[in-house]
Amino acid sequence: MGLIQRGAVGDRRNFLAGAGVVTLGIGAIGMTTARADAADRPSNDVGVIQTALAIEHEGIAAYRIAGKSGLLSASTLKVALTFMGHHQQHRDSLAKLVTQMGGHPVQPKTDADYIADLKLGTLKSESDIVALATTLERGAASAYIGQINALKDPQIARLFGSISADEAVHWTTLNNAAGTPIPAAAYLFA
Amino acid sequence: MRPSLSLALRLSTAATAGVLALVIAARPGIAADDAAAGQALFKTKCTACHSVDADRIGPRLQNVVGRPVASVPTYSYSPALKKLGGGWTPARLDQWLSGTQKMAPGSKMFLQVDDPAQRRLIVAYLQSVSEPSGLAAKK
Ligand code: HEC
Repeated sequence: MGLIQRGAVGDRRNFLAGAGVVTLGIGAIGMTTARADAADRPSNDVGVIQTALAIEHEGIAAYRIAGKSGLLSASTLKVALTFMGHHQQHRDSLAKLVTQMGGHPVQPKTDADYIADLKLGTLKSESDIVALATTLERGAASAYIGQINALKDPQIARLFGSISADEAVHWTTLNNAAGTPIPAAAYLFA
Repeated sequence: MRPSLSLALRLSTAATAGVLALVIAARPGIAADDAAAGQALFKTKCTACHSVDADRIGPRLQNVVGRPVASVPTYSYSPALKKLGGGWTPARLDQWLSGTQKMAPGSKMFLQVDDPAQRRLIVAYLQSVSEPSGLAAKK
């Protein structure tokens, strides 16, 4: 939580400190240029966080609705609810950041929307649910990494890295449960 | 977990792959291998936000090649993308994936695909789910 709270401030000085290290060798003029560039680049951080928040809302709804389907065995349900809890904690961190940055956190869609969007009504078995969750978790792990470049604040980038790692654990657990081999090529989510 | 679950999953994956191979083979103009490789990349990089046939965090992408930009009526686009104009060609999709904020600053999509080879495969996949190749039009 401490990490997230620090990230929330959107402290530009952290970013500039990093830029300064890179340009130290070229002296004062280079450093001034780096500062100007960093200041000129508008921050999209709130927008990036809002999109991430929308992904977390969807994941929470998927686990919640699937959890009530009666299709999951007790042991699978337990794992699903643990993962849902992680997504809720991600949601809370991201929503808090948006608020602290002066925005209004994006709200979840209705359950009816999620059921239609994710075709939850067509899921007929535990394996259907596990397959969908595996796909969503893989996508989420990858989406967090894929958006780090768009972030200006390194503390938020670090938060994205750590959320991505959580999603990767979910993916791995589900993937192993399904008995699917781990891909041989590295950079699974790149 | 339970063996029945694992078997069912493998069977359903095999079935999906089989159907996909047939569908792609039926499309002229796109190498089936490219579209299949592109689909795998799409599954990793895009499915957190997109489905082919449903609006999610981002709009549905069926028929996106040849479609006017920001034209799915059921999806709420950013003002930035709405004012971009024109249609989605393979070249413009490549440009989009290489930097959404350069192309439409303020857009709600921030994911970027840096590798040109990956972009080419993903665009081949998007073509395979678009008209005029045919099947995508028959919903
Ligand atoms: C983190 C979420 C996210 C990910 C991941 C993502 N997108 Fe998007 N995408 C969006 C959003 C949100 C929009 C709507 C943008 C707007 O309105 O500014 C969008 C819009 C688009 C559009 C414009 C469609 C139209 O109707 O004009 C295309 C094309 C697109 N995305 C392709 C892709 C592809 C291909 C990938 C994978 C390489 C991808 N996106 C990954 C969120 C995402």
